[in-house]
Amino acid sequence: MAANPKYKPAGNLSWLVCTLYIVFLLLPIYWLVNMSFKENSEITGAFALWPHSPTLRNYTVIFTDPSWYNGYINSIIYVALNTLISVSAALPAAYAFSRYRFLGDKHLFFWLLTNRMAPPAVFALPFFQLYSAFGLIDTHIAVALAHCLFNVPLAVWILEGFMSGVPKEIDETAYIDGYSFPRFFVKIFMPLIASGIGVAGFFCFMFSWVELLLARTLTTTAAKPISAIMTRTVSAAGMDWGVLAAAGVLTIVPGALVIYFVRNYIAKGFALGRV
Amino acid sequence: MARITLDHIRHAYGPNPSSEKDYALREVDHEWEDGGAYALLGPSGCGKTTLLNIISGLLHPSHGRILFGGKDVTDLSTQERNIAQVFQFPVIYDTMTVYDNLAFPLRNRNVPEAEVDRRVRDMLEIIDLADWSNRKAQRLTADQKQKISLGRGLVRNDVNAILFDEPLTVIDPHMKWVLRSQLKRLHKQFGFTMVYVTHDQTEALTFADKVVVMFEGEIVQIGTPAELFERPRHTFVGYFIGSPGMNVLPARLEGSNAHVGAQAVALDHAPDVKAGDRIEIGIRPEFIRIGREGMPVRISRVEDIGRHRIVRAEFEGQPIAIVSAEGEDIPAEARISFDPSAVNIYANSWRIGAKV
Amino acid sequence: MEKTWNNKAWFLVTPVLLLVAFSAVIPLMTVVNYSVQDTFGNNEFFWAGTDWFVQMLHSSRFWDALVRNLIFSFVILLIEIPLGIFIALNMPKHGIGVPVCLVLMALPLLIPWNVVGTIWQVFGRVDIGLLGHALEAIGIDYNYVRNPSDAWATVILMDVWHWTSLVVLLCYAGLVSIPDAYYQAAKIDGASRWAVFRYIQLPKMKRVLLIAVLLRFMDSFMIYTEPFVVTGGGPGNSTTFLSIDLVKMAIGQFDLGPAAAMSIIYFLIILLMSWVFYTVMTSSDADA
Repeated sequence: MAANPKYKPAGNLSWLVCTLYIVFLLLPIYWLVNMSFKENSEITGAFALWPHSPTLRNYTVIFTDPSWYNGYINSIIYVALNTLISVSAALPAAYAFSRYRFLGDKHLFFWLLTNRMAPPAVFALPFFQLYSAFGLIDTHIAVALAHCLFNVPLAVWILEGFMSGVPKEIDETAYIDGYSFPRFFVKIFMPLIASGIGVAGFFCFMFSWVELLLARTLTTTAAKPISAIMTRTVSAAGMDWGVLAAAGVLTIVPGALVIYFVRNYIAKGFALGRV
Repeated sequence: MARITLDHIRHAYGPNPSSEKDYALREVDHEWEDGGAYALLGPSGCGKTTLLNIISGLLHPSHGRILFGGKDVTDLSTQERNIAQVFQFPVIYDTMTVYDNLAFPLRNRNVPEAEVDRRVRDMLEIIDLADWSNRKAQRLTADQKQKISLGRGLVRNDVNAILFDEPLTVIDPHMKWVLRSQLKRLHKQFGFTMVYVTHDQTEALTFADKVVVMFEGEIVQIGTPAELFERPRHTFVGYFIGSPGMNVLPARLEGSNAHVGAQAVALDHAPDVKAGDRIEIGIRPEFIRIGREGMPVRISRVEDIGRHRIVRAEFEGQPIAIVSAEGEDIPAEARISFDPSAVNIYANSWRIGAKV
Repeated sequence: MEKTWNNKAWFLVTPVLLLVAFSAVIPLMTVVNYSVQDTFGNNEFFWAGTDWFVQMLHSSRFWDALVRNLIFSFVILLIEIPLGIFIALNMPKHGIGVPVCLVLMALPLLIPWNVVGTIWQVFGRVDIGLLGHALEAIGIDYNYVRNPSDAWATVILMDVWHWTSLVVLLCYAGLVSIPDAYYQAAKIDGASRWAVFRYIQLPKMKRVLLIAVLLRFMDSFMIYTEPFVVTGGGPGNSTTFLSIDLVKMAIGQFDLGPAAAMSIIYFLIILLMSWVFYTVMTSSDADA
């Protein structure tokens, strides 16, 4: 191709901006990873940019102590439960908002959104009492239900955006062809908005996975999430920095995996979430 | 205003084109006159938009040069080439008023504000949007928006050429006529060189002085609408232009006769063919007479479309279309005859002339 | 899209309604209940009327936390929104760079909030953290445990680290939805880089930007976990934001009445602001 300087894309510093930003994002994470491969004596003793005597001791501690690895299992159970509940409840509601006008629809939508805006701190104490009354404290379902507070409105919001992009004629054609509503919804409509369901699921996973305040308030031992267990190292005799770092690194892994799988939908998901 | 010279232009989107197939544009070498109205006609993917973007400077050709009025502009940016372009979907600046939209290209070029005002007001009159000048552009209808896109090009009265990329696609059918005739009037009034991309033959034929037919990355014919109709240079042009398209029948040549199956078709000239060429004859449905004399055909269907009828028939095992005038008798045992002067001979799909 | 009027749609909304009623309405009623009563323990409650509200609105502790929180939200918006736009503008539009950027940039969003706190708590320590150590090495006296302004700097830097990517992703989604023809037309019209940003990119990003401002404002107004882990609200009360104060009051000191009254005021402020944003957003949608 004929070389022509004028046809290079404008802004040759673009890659530099992105690289600098990504380095800024990765540095603190690198530091945590770095620490997770060090002995405590090395962490506190000498300052080193990389582990001089790398060790897997910290990870061994976590994978052999049930009180540690159960935390992971607990977190994954309630996050999965919450994602399932939020998305399946949000699907019909989002359909109603995207297709019909009904008494109080606008107010209802706004009211749902305000729950996304509700500070979890306001709800921590009443939640504790409510779930105590039902005997649900320290169960996975309690946390899963509590997280519905902000995930259900979000899922409705995202799914409504995707559904509005599907022409109404598709529904009408299906009804004329003799499909019942449930069959139409599952067989025809859901495959059409599959990417929307994926994006909504991703966001539910994300917000349930990162939340701590409610999860910690509603659990004591049996369903305690990993992130709450991490606070334990602080009270132990001396600070077990290495194990803390390793536990932190392990909490990043599931999130990283999930983003990798939905990477092609992220931009789309943000574009279609509308008010 | 300028003459546009396309000097051996080739373009491939991939970085290392190896075979002919990698080229979106095979080889274009033409000169377009100053002030002409050219339509680029062809099916999707034939390279017409690629060619347009090369002319406008949005794409840099892999090979060849572009000259405007004899000056090499191949390495100049879109801005420096001083051209205007109207896109398929109207591009307007939503947040600006209609007036500011039209003033935008002038203000970007530091034209004095008094001059901007004069030219924008003129243009508002020309495109019939004077009453809308202070309205936000985003509330307008699609055809009004497209007029603004056009106005933004015309307001710079020194443009070398205005390029149109299927500009009427999103316009309602009745507005298409209005806009097309306005465009023709403006072209007469200003005399700019105009290049118009379309896949709609009616649009191309009614609009342009010269139609450039493209097929698989090549220009197969440049001609007036009449030339394209009567003497298609390539069987593709025959198919693509006209409704129904030209009948193309495999044939054998013997002197000044062409044989289709068992029938002999008389020609008015002896074509210059080489041995081994794949020979076809092309005859437009309009130049076939149907009646009781000539070669036998089997009629399969007659479509009445108002002013005339289209007869679908089978001729020596080949489907053939015939245009028959309203009220003309179509006998059950129909026979057809060809107008010898309207029969074109094709060797390997390209038209060949008489032996000299 | 034209919607049909159909009140049967309520059946479709019922599951969501029940779920949210259970997880929002009932707890909220409990809060309201507490806010108008007083207790000396043993589950005996007395009617207290609006006493708690009056007390709250007159307490400097509440106002201090509110002002601190407003300043915090304002500062992080001022940094994150322009920075997010700037980075989104510089992101690659095609090729292998796109998924790489998206995945790496989304990473901080997927880290549990207390781990974010832990990361920065460690990162900023002078003895074992890279940031603290580096600052000390170049001669800056930095200690977020003792010095309030250092604590603020750390908390703000942490929030920028944690949440700017959300703004970037939203803006990027807005940018990639702009058809190429707009950029080509702008080139032909001779528009400068600034004019392209001002008249094409910014108007097309308006909606996602409003969402970004809304989300970042609300979330920073409710921030709890990250600063709590890093500073515990200190030194002194210098980084005690509304949520931290509320949890301290409700769970730490078990002052149910004042905590409930504060919850309601807090929630009303957020409700009011959501409503303002929602109105602005829907009316700008109607313009489009």
